[in-house]
Amino acid sequence: MRKAAFVLRRLGMSLFVLLGLSLITFTLARVIPSDPAAAYIGPHPRPEQVEMVRERLGLNRPLPVQYLIYMRDLLRGDWGESISTKRPVLREIGDRVCASLELLAVGMSLAVLIGVPLGVFSARFQGSPFDVVVRTLSIAGVSMPAFWLGLVLQLVFFRWLHLLPLTGRFATELRFTHPIRPLTGFFLLDTAITGNWVAFKDVAWHIVLPAFTLAAYPIGLIARMTRGTMLEVLAQDYIRTARAYGISERFVVYGYALKNAIGPTLTVIGLTLAYALTGTFFIEIVFNWPGLGLFTVHSLLSVDYPAVMGITLFAAAGYVGINLAVDLLQAWIDPRISLR
Amino acid sequence: MSTRESARSPEELQTQRRWRHAAHVITRDPLALFSVLVITGFLVLAIAGPWIAPYPEQGFGKTNVATRMLPPSREHPLGTDRLGRDILSRIIIGARPALSTSLIVVGLAVAIGSLLGAVAGYVGGWVDDLIMRITDLFLAFPSLLLAMAIVAAIGPGLTNAMLAIAISWWPWYTRLVRGIALSLRERHFVEAARAVGVPSLGIIFRHILPNCLSPILVQATIDIGTVILASGGLAFIGLGAQPPAPDWGLMVSEGRAFLLTQWWYSTFPGLAIFVTVLAFNLLGDTLRDIFDPRQYR
Repeated sequence: MRKAAFVLRRLGMSLFVLLGLSLITFTLARVIPSDPAAAYIGPHPRPEQVEMVRERLGLNRPLPVQYLIYMRDLLRGDWGESISTKRPVLREIGDRVCASLELLAVGMSLAVLIGVPLGVFSARFQGSPFDVVVRTLSIAGVSMPAFWLGLVLQLVFFRWLHLLPLTGRFATELRFTHPIRPLTGFFLLDTAITGNWVAFKDVAWHIVLPAFTLAAYPIGLIARMTRGTMLEVLAQDYIRTARAYGISERFVVYGYALKNAIGPTLTVIGLTLAYALTGTFFIEIVFNWPGLGLFTVHSLLSVDYPAVMGITLFAAAGYVGINLAVDLLQAWIDPRISLR
Repeated sequence: MSTRESARSPEELQTQRRWRHAAHVITRDPLALFSVLVITGFLVLAIAGPWIAPYPEQGFGKTNVATRMLPPSREHPLGTDRLGRDILSRIIIGARPALSTSLIVVGLAVAIGSLLGAVAGYVGGWVDDLIMRITDLFLAFPSLLLAMAIVAAIGPGLTNAMLAIAISWWPWYTRLVRGIALSLRERHFVEAARAVGVPSLGIIFRHILPNCLSPILVQATIDIGTVILASGGLAFIGLGAQPPAPDWGLMVSEGRAFLLTQWWYSTFPGLAIFVTVLAFNLLGDTLRDIFDPRQYR
């Protein structure tokens, strides 16, 4: 019963946040610009265009009514039309979201697979040279500008070592030799499903640098927080008791402590997703990755209002969804949370 | 010995112990020492940059066609850019805008955020609910994304970028200060002040906010680095500082087109961002160690 109440309360909070988000994007798109219709159309609008947009968006009506119309359109799936491409914003997002998600998924998996063990080992061997190295690296990871790290990696692995490709999701000639059949939009999956191993290898090589660039910040944060949580858990009484019983140190660390450190680590992983989300923007520019970030930046620079606000809303909604999922997962792992 | 002196001595002792503890932490930890040295250097460059830079007028934007795209050499230790400007000088001159930008942004965020947090935590009730719901809303948004959307609405440029980052940053301080204010509200000295009739605003400024100083200072130190990162990112995209400003992020962005042929162009300005941000993060950690009351008894 309590659990249901927790889930409901958490869902309600997310809904409230989403509502607030729409209010913010509405304010940014309609209230702040001096002439929202002109802003909506883009540079150099013609008067009749402005009049048409004003009519269609209901800009002559009072603001609360405008907001209701805006919300109705959002819920209907009418997120406006991109100024630069003249296509519905939602479709533009749909076309690009898979590329970004693939990058995000690979990058975050790397971050978890590297960051958590680093944090755990560094806590187990606290004060050792390994611990010092991990702590230094993790602070370096969160201090590094992602766009710069990407450029440096390109310089090293493409220009100097000739190991990895420079930009893009796959080599252009692949289009003719081993075309990728898009099933899911995730090229790693698509090529694996269709058994197109030549293309799979190429796609995998292309994702290495951007994914690693993306992972640098989360690795640092996850390693650092995991270390902190593990140290806290390892100082608890029941750990001392377990040690006193002569249970092997390995089992104490990985069997008892790690299990109790997973909850806070999950929160951190959810948190880093937010950074990774905005991180993809920069990484997609550097690696010319055809995802949402590249589109966002082009829209920002060409003052494509409907696209910018659509993406902001979409990305923020995704972030809210991730946070909700993390909270629910945590409550499921640790039942005490839903009682708070 | 007068009674007044003996009453003051424990406090003085504590201050003295605190300073000794700080000196101990900094000299013992090589990373802390590194951060203090780098930040001192950064401050010196920000203050005296024009007198230190080898080619100060180029640092401010004067072009020199004869020295375009030169690799690092004795005359130009970090090479020159596409307009023949000495990159070392550009980086040195860029320290001041980097510092002032981040100080202004963090200052704004601290001022707005901590005041709201103190009010929410101390006053409580519906005021607390209202402030915290708004804060939650802002925290539910990746802050850089919000900053980008705001810049899109009010137009690119350094001032607007600063404003946008500050607007997306204050909620962190609200949450931080509210937590402390909640616990302070129940303390005897606050209750005593309330009992003798000190108005709420007076209590907030005289008792609540001063007691939040050290956590705010720790967070602000780390955030100076974070803001340098964020404004560098906005400049890299083209939403922040505009040419010919000697902005580090902008310089990385300019050099990107020449990455494969002129490697030094993007590398060194980016390195400047990295080292500075690293130093502020390390210093924040060190300050946390120093202020943490569990550390010295």
